[in-house]
Amino acid sequence: MAHETILLHGHIIDSLLLPKVLDLILQYGGSFELAHVRIGKTREEPSDARIIVHAESPERLAEIIAAVQAHGAAVEKEADCQWLEAPVDGVFPDDFYATTHLPTEVRVHGKWVPVKGIEMDLGIRLDRDDLAPHTVPMAEVRKGDRIVVGREGIRVTPLARPAQLDVFGFMGAQVSSERPHGHLIAGIARRMQALRKSEAKILLAGGPAIIHGGGREPLAWLIEAGYIHVLFCGNALAAHDMEAHLYGTSLGLRLEGGVPSHHGHEHHLRTINRIRAIGSIEEAVHQGVITTGIMAACVRRGVKVVMAGAIRDDGPLPGVITDSVQAQAAMRAALPGVELALLVASTLHAVATGNLLPASVPTVCVDVNPAVPTKLADRGSLQAIGLVMDAASFLRELARQLGWKE
Amino acid sequence: MSRLLVCPPDHYRIAYEINPWMDVKRGADPMVARVQWHALVAMLEKNCGATLERIVPVAGLPDMVFTANSGIVAGRTVVLSQFRYPERRPEEPPFERWFQEHGYQVKRLSLGLYFEGAGDMLGTRDLWFGGYLQRTDIRAYRYVGEFLGREILPLELVDPRFYHLDTCFCPLSGGEVIWFPGAFDRYGQAAVKERIPAEKRIAVPEEEAMRFACNAVCIGKHIVIPEGCPITMERLERLGYAPHAVGLSEFIKSGGAAKCLTLALD
Repeated sequence: MAHETILLHGHIIDSLLLPKVLDLILQYGGSFELAHVRIGKTREEPSDARIIVHAESPERLAEIIAAVQAHGAAVEKEADCQWLEAPVDGVFPDDFYATTHLPTEVRVHGKWVPVKGIEMDLGIRLDRDDLAPHTVPMAEVRKGDRIVVGREGIRVTPLARPAQLDVFGFMGAQVSSERPHGHLIAGIARRMQALRKSEAKILLAGGPAIIHGGGREPLAWLIEAGYIHVLFCGNALAAHDMEAHLYGTSLGLRLEGGVPSHHGHEHHLRTINRIRAIGSIEEAVHQGVITTGIMAACVRRGVKVVMAGAIRDDGPLPGVITDSVQAQAAMRAALPGVELALLVASTLHAVATGNLLPASVPTVCVDVNPAVPTKLADRGSLQAIGLVMDAASFLRELARQLGWKE
Repeated sequence: MSRLLVCPPDHYRIAYEINPWMDVKRGADPMVARVQWHALVAMLEKNCGATLERIVPVAGLPDMVFTANSGIVAGRTVVLSQFRYPERRPEEPPFERWFQEHGYQVKRLSLGLYFEGAGDMLGTRDLWFGGYLQRTDIRAYRYVGEFLGREILPLELVDPRFYHLDTCFCPLSGGEVIWFPGAFDRYGQAAVKERIPAEKRIAVPEEEAMRFACNAVCIGKHIVIPEGCPITMERLERLGYAPHAVGLSEFIKSGGAAKCLTLALD
């Protein structure tokens, strides 16, 4: 598809020029998007329209443009993007361009260049030669950085419907608790098998409900089997996972039988204390103190783990990043290569991860609270699956589909 | 609208063909043309109370008689034409000189933006229409509108016989309009209908449009109209106008009549 933006100005409403131009575009086999229409408040005041014309080929597009130019449509002059220097560390210049999570290009020295590191709600930084545009978070900007401002010379490409006709292609962004989950999970499993073969990365962001609900074993199996390559979690998931190994409990409750264990409420604190004494989770695994569960599997398989702290954390465990800006940066650094994200039973980690991912990465959000998958689906990705269900059931079913035997 | 600019037809002839009316072989009779022009001028001055300004004709510029195409005047400002056809471009400097010598503020459009003055731009006090595509480039109206502070509704001209707006559209002093709807596409027709109520639209039959019924000059209640348009004249009379028929056959051979031969100066 080729496209070009045209502008119409003047008494285009009363004279019916706007409908005429739109009709012409269709007659010539093109299609259009009305990007902007400003209608004059009085009859004397002119109106403006900005129209994006689409055509199947550049030749057809040229024909359409020639036809509508006779009626006053002007091709929008393409301009390079504008930049200003950041005034101080950690502050964008006024009027900075805020990114979306969609593929974005900026025009520099007359050429459209893709912006790297696409993620929503960031700025775009150019290097000294105005080349290599890359997104930059507010906190990381340094005084004097060239930051793209305004709207000129920036274009965002809406995502096309994915070509792969699997569950991600069909589902759109609906979330319902009243849909059968079985075939969706089977579809996710097929995608994971394909990704494992292609050496693309699969990310899982999860909360401690995975442990409480009995999802520890299937998740550990998924990791050992090479289906998970990046894990985002907090202090709690890691602590309860290792508590389960050391004490057989999760937050003091026996995982088998569910009865409270004597002084069980202390188990996770004792676990954290033990790991702190050893120095790191990796070392605890290497020393054989922790041999089963999610964290042990991650260490054995070399999974990249980013643990982000929260204000209510006990301990925390060594390796938990307590500065949230640093935690964001660490999560961001782990994202390149990720082609599927499973966001399981964690509102905060799921939303944070969703914000960091470009729209092109399919996401699966699993939560018993429908608000979480809905929030994620509202990001506007065409490839977001929301499952309103228990985390452990999801992981068990997923692992089973991939060959796990209980 | 009582002061008009005219150009005596001393050098008038059909020297080239730039519209479907012109036929170099057939030509126009210069003697008859002169007689017709003087009769028109007399009609305007004596019967209609118009004051005429005369520009000195230039040899080799036969179409200078069609002063309506030299520009558009609003108050003391004139936006000069830029002719689409190279044959008529040499008319621009003598007209520019005339406007400068007569104290007009002369506005020029950027090069390549074709605009054929009052031939394509017609209106009343607060509503202006601009014909485009055949001669005037629609983009010119943006600048003309800004120069003159006027709203201009563009109308595409779709019939090559009606190549200027003033060949198919004529606003009258009472807000009515004489027009030939077939010269416009459906968008243009709809735009005119939207702005001018049915009782004020006088659609002329095609045979009278071909006799240049729409190329009339309206001064107050007087309307000077080419001869051979009885239906249009009768309708004008019923609306309280005093139509005066004049013979302009030799000018129609060039694609112009009463209106084309005059330019409203204020």
